[in-house]
Amino acid sequence: MSMEELFHPLQEPMILAAAISIVVGAVVVVAGLTYFKKWGYFYKNWLSTVDHKKIGIMYIAVALLMLFRGGIDALLMRAQTAVPDNGLLDAQHYNEIFTTHGLIMILFMAMPFVIGLMNIVIPLQIGARDVAFPRLNAVSFWAFAAGCGLLNLSFIIGGSPDAGWTAYFPLASTDFSPTVGNNYYSLALQLSGIGTLLTGVNFITTIFKMRAPGMTLMKMPMFSWSILITNVIIVFAFPVLTVALALMMLDRQFGTKFFAMTDGGMDMLWANLFWVWGHPEVYIVILPAFGIFSEVIATFARKNLYGYKSMVMSMVVISLLSFLVWAHHFYTMGHGVMVNSVFSITTMAIAVPTGVKMFNWLLTMRHGKIQFTTPMLYALGFIPIFTIGGVTGVMLAMASADYQYHNTMFLVAHFHYVLIPGTVFGVLAGYHFWWPKMFGFRLNEKLGKAGFWFIAISFNVTFFPLFILGLDGYARRMYTYSASTGYGPLNMLSFIGALGLAVGFALICYNIYYSWKHMPRNEKADVWDGRSLEWATHSPVPEYNFAIVPNVSRLDEFWFAKKEGRDITAGKIEKIHMPNNTGTPFWTSGFLFLAAFFAVFSLWIPAIISMLVVFGFMALRSFENDHGRYISVEEITETEKSLRGDK
Amino acid sequence: MKIDSSLPLEYSTEENRLKIFGFWIFLGAEIMLFATLFAVYFTLHTRTGSGPDGAEIFELTPVLLETFLLLASSFTIGLGVHAMRLGNKKAMMTFFIITLILGLGFLGIEIDEFVTYVHEGATITTSAFLSALMTLLGTHGAHVTFGFFWGVAILIQVARRGLNPQTANKAFIFSLYWHFLDVVWIFIFSFVYLKGLIS
Ligand code: HEM
Ligand SMILES: [Cu+2]
Repeated sequence: MSMEELFHPLQEPMILAAAISIVVGAVVVVAGLTYFKKWGYFYKNWLSTVDHKKIGIMYIAVALLMLFRGGIDALLMRAQTAVPDNGLLDAQHYNEIFTTHGLIMILFMAMPFVIGLMNIVIPLQIGARDVAFPRLNAVSFWAFAAGCGLLNLSFIIGGSPDAGWTAYFPLASTDFSPTVGNNYYSLALQLSGIGTLLTGVNFITTIFKMRAPGMTLMKMPMFSWSILITNVIIVFAFPVLTVALALMMLDRQFGTKFFAMTDGGMDMLWANLFWVWGHPEVYIVILPAFGIFSEVIATFARKNLYGYKSMVMSMVVISLLSFLVWAHHFYTMGHGVMVNSVFSITTMAIAVPTGVKMFNWLLTMRHGKIQFTTPMLYALGFIPIFTIGGVTGVMLAMASADYQYHNTMFLVAHFHYVLIPGTVFGVLAGYHFWWPKMFGFRLNEKLGKAGFWFIAISFNVTFFPLFILGLDGYARRMYTYSASTGYGPLNMLSFIGALGLAVGFALICYNIYYSWKHMPRNEKADVWDGRSLEWATHSPVPEYNFAIVPNVSRLDEFWFAKKEGRDITAGKIEKIHMPNNTGTPFWTSGFLFLAAFFAVFSLWIPAIISMLVVFGFMALRSFENDHGRYISVEEITETEKSLRGDK
Repeated sequence: MKIDSSLPLEYSTEENRLKIFGFWIFLGAEIMLFATLFAVYFTLHTRTGSGPDGAEIFELTPVLLETFLLLASSFTIGLGVHAMRLGNKKAMMTFFIITLILGLGFLGIEIDEFVTYVHEGATITTSAFLSALMTLLGTHGAHVTFGFFWGVAILIQVARRGLNPQTANKAFIFSLYWHFLDVVWIFIFSFVYLKGLIS
């Protein structure tokens, strides 16, 4: 491969600019750390941390960065299609950009955002001192980060994947996609997928085995429930992705015939494998958001959640159904009538439990004294917008009608109408809600609300026109169109909406800076007058979470104890066992990253050597004799005093 | 660390119980992994292109031998765990060593089988059927190989540190993994080889 080929994406000015900004950003961070002599601090407190709260914060930081990256992709696409016959991007670059946009938004923005929140909140909410496997948690994060880094590198070296985030064969085969782009796809997703799978194992164990005394499953807060179910889906769905990606790599780089057009290969096998993982994945990012909305709505309506049991049941049903609907993503690719009908019916069935949840949220708010805080605004905005998404989803579920809008902008509008209010509003609500838990100060409410309104309004301006365009036959993934189609004006409107969305996200980022400078510190622990256990400990949370592990006897114990004037965190302090920090997960993933990077270019010898180093680290870990450490009673008493503010 | 002496060593601490539970969940994921590979195999097993089909390349004798070795190793590791519960370090180590040797024997035959296939012109790139077959067998074989090194690492630790809650926990979890590989093999034996030989 010549140098020109290797760096071929850089010949595009926009891409060059993006690459330069990434490099400049990296240089600024490195220089800053060196200048302020913070490397030691940074390594000790972040890179080698096993504290679930810090790991969660790192997940969210990456997610926000990727929201920015995926958002730039989105703006580029909307700018390209804003006017007919535009020449901003050529077909190849448009292909690469919608591919990385979809991939990044789902796997490197929505997923890590959700996983970040679960890392921060779950142990607190179930009254645990830690997760079940703190070191494994660090491995999860760094494996994910390695995958994320690898995918972003594709932009600079060798070329991005270009066959859509679904990477359908034969489009994704070496015949039609000869650059290394889809090698990046298979390896980057593989690394981050392994991280996610380990998170699944970790959190199922944590939630099953580490709940506070007295907290039975049916006394567990709804967010914890949603995360439990999500992680069960992860453990069942991600191995399918692992296999699919491995087969993809084998086909592309070793000449196997799984998805080939000759020698018995079967391209439809990819579509099936992909969506057997892909549809549950949609619920992996949406159920946690449902959990967040349940917490937020109950808190700010000052009422207990209506229909707790039916909320749990509906999530269980949704999770089961999510494995039975995958073929609705390719009705038109030639199954029989019978198959299409069955998948059509299972798909529509999902609307039922989802509807149950909607009514429960509405009934929770009935007669409530609603406080319109930023998280609550996101929750309220979610309800009508998501309903539009849901209704159009049922329209898409009808197999026969799908032949009309399949692969048009109607579909693009539909899934943004579920993903943005569902996932994005959800994580943003959670982010504003739990921010004081992470950092000890609130985000500014005025800026937060302004951000919400910008996003909610611009969102509709951006995506509603796409429904109309889609019904008019405007196909998805088209890089340009001629003026005679008449698609111009609505596309322009949509571009204007996208700019508004950008302003909204900028406001959210600016709010971090503003609040960090100006918001009062030492907020009280229970800023929102909350209901579940995370509000029972200090903000920011000490590394051991709870000095005294609370005892629980009912749902929303903390809330009722407050009303009755009881303190559930009183008791005698004892020394607490904590795991030691370790740099091994960071370095192990570093070499995993190298191995995957070499593998992208089929440089197998260096790839194998890097893998051997990875195994070496694993062996080292096995032989290590590290029993953690204890935090003494004096130290805990000291910390508690200073956090309570009585010095 | 609290040690509950009414329980076997491998379960005796809170941390140990978490690890065993977590490993069961992980095995759930492994089941999904192999289930997917089986599904791929069954989708493709008749799609032989211009290459050979199963009946043409499968040979019963080596496969029976493989099955025997792996089943025996699952039995010996069971004895090893039993010896561990009785606190007999030497017997435990002996049984684990026998297990690993049986595992090596299995791998030897499997490698020989692969080499034979390739000599017969049946490579992983020949047809979709062979791609699926070799990926399924290869994944299982890679698991056994990984298990071999894992087992060695545990034996070294038991030799050096004796039987304590940590080493016992590791050995027990390893035994779960090994049994699991055996179960997967039974499926491969029945639904890949026997079925392939019949049709
Ligand atoms: C921030 C505002 C956003 C805008 C303006 C936007 C815009 C777009 C556009 C124009 C396309 C491609 C249309 C085409 O096929 O040519 C697209 C595709 C897609 N978007 Fe977005 N999007 C946004 C946010 C998101 C978010 C938050 C998610 C997920 C959580 C997401 C997920 C996807 C996916 C999965 C695709 C399909 C990619 C493919 O066709 O392979 N988008 N988006
Ligand atoms: Cu779906």
